[in-house]
Amino acid sequence: MKTVFERPHALIDKPLHYCPGCTHGIIHRLVAEVLDELGIEGTTVGVASVGCTYNSYEYFNCDMVQAAHGRAPAVATGLRRSLPDRTVFTYQGDGDLAAIGTAEIVHAATRGEKITTIFVNNAIYGMTSGQMAPTTLVGQVTTTTPFGRKPELHGYPIRVCEMLSTLEGAVYVERVAVNTVANIRKAKAAIKRAFLVQQARLGFSIVEVLSICPTNWGMSPEKALEWLGDNMIPHYPLGNFKNVTLPSEAPAAADNAKE
Amino acid sequence: MDHQIIFAGFGGQGILSMGRFIAHAGLHEGKHVSWLPSYGPEMRGGTANCNVIVSDEEVGSPIISAATALVVMNQPSLEKFESYVEPGGVIVLDSDLVPVRPAREDVRVFALPATKMAYDMGNATFAGVILLGKLLAETGVVRFDSFEAALKGILKPKKHYLIPQEMEALKAGAEY
Amino acid sequence: MGEKILMKGNEVIAEAALRAGCRHYFGYPITPQTEVAHYMARKMEEIGGTFVQAESEVAAINMVYGAASAGVRAMTSSSSPGISLKQEGISYAAGAELPLVVIDIVRCGPGLGGILPAQCDYFQMVKGGGHGDYHNIVLAPQGVQEMYELVVDAFNLADKYRNPVVVMGDGYMGQMMEAVEFRDEEKIERVAKPWAACGSEMKRPHNTITSIYIEADVLEAHVNHMYEKYREIERTEARVECFNCDGADVIIAAYGTCARVTRNVIKDAAKLGVKVGLIRPITLWPFPKAAFEKYAEVPKGFLTVEMSMGQMVEDIKLALNGRNHVSFYGRTGGNVPGQKDILGEVLKIARGEGGAEK
Repeated sequence: MKTVFERPHALIDKPLHYCPGCTHGIIHRLVAEVLDELGIEGTTVGVASVGCTYNSYEYFNCDMVQAAHGRAPAVATGLRRSLPDRTVFTYQGDGDLAAIGTAEIVHAATRGEKITTIFVNNAIYGMTSGQMAPTTLVGQVTTTTPFGRKPELHGYPIRVCEMLSTLEGAVYVERVAVNTVANIRKAKAAIKRAFLVQQARLGFSIVEVLSICPTNWGMSPEKALEWLGDNMIPHYPLGNFKNVTLPSEAPAAADNAKE
Repeated sequence: MDHQIIFAGFGGQGILSMGRFIAHAGLHEGKHVSWLPSYGPEMRGGTANCNVIVSDEEVGSPIISAATALVVMNQPSLEKFESYVEPGGVIVLDSDLVPVRPAREDVRVFALPATKMAYDMGNATFAGVILLGKLLAETGVVRFDSFEAALKGILKPKKHYLIPQEMEALKAGAEY
Repeated sequence: MGEKILMKGNEVIAEAALRAGCRHYFGYPITPQTEVAHYMARKMEEIGGTFVQAESEVAAINMVYGAASAGVRAMTSSSSPGISLKQEGISYAAGAELPLVVIDIVRCGPGLGGILPAQCDYFQMVKGGGHGDYHNIVLAPQGVQEMYELVVDAFNLADKYRNPVVVMGDGYMGQMMEAVEFRDEEKIERVAKPWAACGSEMKRPHNTITSIYIEADVLEAHVNHMYEKYREIERTEARVECFNCDGADVIIAAYGTCARVTRNVIKDAAKLGVKVGLIRPITLWPFPKAAFEKYAEVPKGFLTVEMSMGQMVEDIKLALNGRNHVSFYGRTGGNVPGQKDILGEVLKIARGEGGAEK
């Protein structure tokens, strides 16, 4: 009998602690599938951050380091500089990356650290029960914007990919979503490419994944997926913001392939 | 012998380097030495000083409370540090830069027109070394040959051509 | 041993770290320790090590956290306000049991304070500083030669106990030049780090570096484990110099620059017929309680001299547990207790007039 679907080896066989309908499970799986496909589980170190994914180290089968809130890119910098032949990734939420850890992500990117960041943007703080995130949309109700986010009171949401793509050190910047099967497939392709960019030591790579939080958005998972498509994608357009040619795609490599 | 010497003046006069030369020369002679620079807010005001100890015994405090000698290259430094010199101690000053003489009568004062002498020698930066010549002659803190060895140790090789002239300046100060 | 060379304390720190096998330095500029970074920037590039000028003190300590997680010897250096910012990372490293070295060249505070020397970081380094139940091992050199030796020891101790080690000197310790004699070869005590997160090669279960323990009993067990380690450190690693203490009338307790000034005071007092001893803690944690217990009955009592409002004096009182009187003399703001002023305090105590209290 042919196996057509199985748990990636890089994902530990263990019930996830995430709420029902949360898309972290999908994104974890995509990262694990990429580690499997590239055969790098044994040579990769992941950095878990603070937020709902604080214990993602319990799910990934590669070596993991738990970082303080917002500091994952700094911790990853220390790891990557010490382990030149390894692959290092951070897995961070929007509060971790775009609020308390803004300095760390900006400077890791501008230094062109050879790390990959998986940035999960669900426009809300999940772990601490639904407060405004730096990526909360204007008008969105949270426990700290009970009457909706008002620019005059709370400012505007940050577009992380657009901001980071202005930095020379960030060479691969892409925004994806996990609201439809087609988008999930694109998300995986982007994550894989981000790791390949790191392996080629081309610079900093980041994939922003638009995600949902049914619990704190106060919606059913189906409704939340719809809401993502209707509200988040218009503000956070999907696509590539910055790309780079991989060694395998260089004209010389293509010529060699022909021969 | 325990030499406790304060060097003081404006930033840019080479005050800290003068102290370094003496400390290096002392080490060359196998003495115990320490060099403690001022690095506080006064540096921002353009003054510099350092405490140098050259001793036969292990150096206790690197901070000088009673100086055996004071080398000064501006008026405010003389006023600030004059009282630190112990009776019988030595004050060496550049009379071109320190117009008002020390009030103390229980110390030995040597006033040299070091800036003018340095100009006459063709290199204004020698003023400090000229003063050091007098310091060496009067206190014997380090020997001349040790001083030369310190210059060789500290100056970059491309500056070594200056050493004979520096030694001339040192002698000129000693003999003034 | 090689020849004696004249070097600045801050440069010796960097050279000592390199000699101890540290190839990963992360820092942020702050007076009066910046020469450490200058030296590292030059040398690391020459030898192919890592020097990163971080975006912040917070980032720097977390880079060290990452490098230590990978199993390499890593270090950062700063001065008091920068150390305040690093406390988060130090607490995490203590919780995650990571071996790393932090240099603190102390300047006067609180707040931005000033850049002149002080010892007012005693509380934040010795008593924690960051959140939670933990200890740093804290080493306090009294000069450039000892700075070298203690920085090398710091890396060995960090690896041995999987714990942050702090080398704390005041601004003068960093800025002054003295002779230093480097060994031909360092005594580097390499320990295996099977716990490091450096890639499993699929040959072992994956490693996790973490300080999070959500279950109460699990975290309590972890804290108890850390405290068993701390008790062992207290039993075996306390270091102290007792100078001139046998038969002394008065004993001064001081470390760093204050201990150096005290050596002159001891000579001055001897000329006046008063015998003064010095107890100089070399490890501020573990605190060398035994030395104070040994000399607890010194006839005229103790005088603690600090460049603070009296932070170490509390540990001395705890060590003596009421068995003798402890006077205190301190200066702040970047001032150093003067030789004559300390002598004055000593003479008052020797005459039985009593010294000032904290």
